[in-house]
Amino acid sequence: MFDAVKHLFGVKTFAHGIHPPDSKNDTKELAIHQFPFAELLIVPFSQHIGKPAIPIVGEGAEVTRGQMIAKPDGFMSVAIHAPATGVIRSISLTPAINGKMTPGFFLEPYTASTQEVMEGPPVMPDTASSEEILSAIQNAGVVGLGGAGFPTHAKLKVPEGKSVDALIINGAECEPYLTTDHRVMLEHAEDVMKGIPYLLRATGAKTVVIAVESNKPDAAAALRKALPADLPITVEVLPVKYPQGAEKMLVSALLGREIPSGGLPLDVGVICTNVGTTAEIGHLLPRGMGLYERVITVGGPAVKKKGNYRIPIGTPLRYILDTVGTEDDITTVVMGGPMMGAAASSLDISITKGSTGVIAFTHRETGRVNEIHEYPCIKCGACVDACPIFLNPSQLGILASKEQYETMVDEFHLRDCFECGCCTFVCPSHIPLVQKFRVAKAASRKAQAKAAAEAAK
Amino acid sequence: MTRLAKTLTIRSSPHIRATSGVDSIMFNVVLAMLPVCFYAVYIFGMAAFLVLATSVVTCVLTEHLLCRINGKATTIGDWSVVITGVLYGLTLPPSLPLWMVVAGGVIAVGVGKYLFGGLGYNTFNVALVGRAILQAAFPAAMTTWPDAPVNRFGSLPSSTLALPLTKPIYDGVSSATPLADWKFNQVAAETGDLFMGTISGSTGETCALLILIGGIYLVARRMMNWRIPVVILATVAIATGILHLVDPERYASPTFMLFSGGLMLGAVFMASDMVGSPITHWGTVIYSVLIGLLVVLIRVWGGMPEGVMYAILIGNAATPQIDSWIQPKVYGTSTRRAAT
Repeated sequence: MFDAVKHLFGVKTFAHGIHPPDSKNDTKELAIHQFPFAELLIVPFSQHIGKPAIPIVGEGAEVTRGQMIAKPDGFMSVAIHAPATGVIRSISLTPAINGKMTPGFFLEPYTASTQEVMEGPPVMPDTASSEEILSAIQNAGVVGLGGAGFPTHAKLKVPEGKSVDALIINGAECEPYLTTDHRVMLEHAEDVMKGIPYLLRATGAKTVVIAVESNKPDAAAALRKALPADLPITVEVLPVKYPQGAEKMLVSALLGREIPSGGLPLDVGVICTNVGTTAEIGHLLPRGMGLYERVITVGGPAVKKKGNYRIPIGTPLRYILDTVGTEDDITTVVMGGPMMGAAASSLDISITKGSTGVIAFTHRETGRVNEIHEYPCIKCGACVDACPIFLNPSQLGILASKEQYETMVDEFHLRDCFECGCCTFVCPSHIPLVQKFRVAKAASRKAQAKAAAEAAK
Repeated sequence: MTRLAKTLTIRSSPHIRATSGVDSIMFNVVLAMLPVCFYAVYIFGMAAFLVLATSVVTCVLTEHLLCRINGKATTIGDWSVVITGVLYGLTLPPSLPLWMVVAGGVIAVGVGKYLFGGLGYNTFNVALVGRAILQAAFPAAMTTWPDAPVNRFGSLPSSTLALPLTKPIYDGVSSATPLADWKFNQVAAETGDLFMGTISGSTGETCALLILIGGIYLVARRMMNWRIPVVILATVAIATGILHLVDPERYASPTFMLFSGGLMLGAVFMASDMVGSPITHWGTVIYSVLIGLLVVLIRVWGGMPEGVMYAILIGNAATPQIDSWIQPKVYGTSTRRAAT
């Protein structure tokens, strides 16, 4: 209701959502610093959604920082580049965040090397064709740096019969603790502006909106200062609210367009790109370089030297935490933000292109979450008021307990849930709602695959 | 070197939570009702205190014992049964024999709550289940409100300590509540008296001012849906306002209707019970209009002077149906998709 009033007064926002403490004060003032090389970097072939890349160097090969070491396998795949000059010690299985083992390079950096980065032929937005830009982005290994890891060139490819009029550059960064996009906008506004012409050229969009939450006024100011005169770009400051960074929410807040259920921003003529991804495109493509490092917030109550660091892809969590120093009793290390990030099962996991943050907690913070008592649903409606896509999490939770997964999908739009966690955050009964929905979704997918297999027989 | 506590704890996101839990919400509801309780004891004296204390102790003990008997951990720590005890006590006449208070309390928690599955699963407001049973079983005792005694802390109505299963004898002059006065004698009480609660009535129903303060406290702490009391009171005000304009001799004024009887207590503390009310905003509006209209219907045309209890119980009964009709419209779905 208050959201409707805000809209009347021209405040751009979406309905519902929550206001978790943003916890950004520790790191938002800290400039990006280069992180040292670990003794061994672990670089998985697959750091993106889609097919893993195919290695093009073998064990024992000497590689140069920035050199392509695995090539894309088809359209839904991107290249992988060496994060350091050194030698490929082995190619074997590496632990991934989801607990699975996936193949990857074990790269030992040369300590004596100057670590100069390999450059290639530049690709410029005013001379390259749309296809050339997309293929350059794919070969540069660029994926969505906001955490999703979706290949950027695939996202920018406008399918036949569709058209795009607006680009949204997502600098909302609504997850608590994370300040990487904030620092990138502040320190590398020029790169963001250099990246935009590539996106315009690739998609044929007419206008660009850069969305920044109001808790980053300095970032918005830096972007406005860097605005080129000849491009149709505006910077919009949005009220702070989670999950503002979700594509659906951004498109609603900025353009008032509603993406159809099961659809993409493309269906309403919009493409959203993370601001960090845009800055990387602006930095890498004119130099003909590949993506070999990224900016990550290392923070949380357990971390001593909190900060925003430019960290080589493949750096193991253990090395990161050892370098910044931590409290003695770490209980949980979250990769990403605390609302949607995944808890690491081991410190041998390495950071990948999709890692936005490494947030470490001690028992003081996680104990409260882990040991809270679960009460029955009292139908208070807090989850209904919080859900940004107007699901009924209370009802879904009750159905999930009864394992009525089909009803959840067919009648209560379970598939539309993008797992932002607002319902679980607000639930006074401490019911793990979004966790139940993940289980339900997986079960429903499995049942459908089985049904499809039966039908195919 | 990075040292771990023991091992890394893996849990699914979100890794942070909002602070208030069910126990904290329920505790605050109890806090919000305390002024009403203190005032009830101040007005009606020792008898009211005994009724309230007995009802709270009975309800809490009943839930605790039922949990124990069934080999489960006690659930009294969530404070919800304390709310039931306080609310139930507040709806009773201050001179009600204590054994009736105990009987109603046991039935309220045992049948109205525990048999339904406990907190979150009860269809009806638990306190009102107890009151409804007593109303049916002991209509005379439930509708007798003696005048407040002069020495109200030093003496008790003889009915208070009546033995179980005996017919209580009421001393003094029974006085009618303002609603009964209007219904049967067409005499309206002063609004000021109604607002301040210096009139005859059930233990906690009389002081509208303190009930409203409690409600505002809960709304301010975002622990109550403000739509429910506001819409119920507005519905009653509008409906009785129209009737009063048509025939002021026959129909009481809206202010009289708003501040008399159990309406204020019911609208603020009972109808707003999260478990028994719909989950969506529009659902609660429909529910509240329904309750408001039923209150007017029963009070004006029914056989009894008061109808809040039945109105809320019917509202509770309608809630599951309202919930199934009024679902939030999911983002990106222009039309509601039928189940296929």
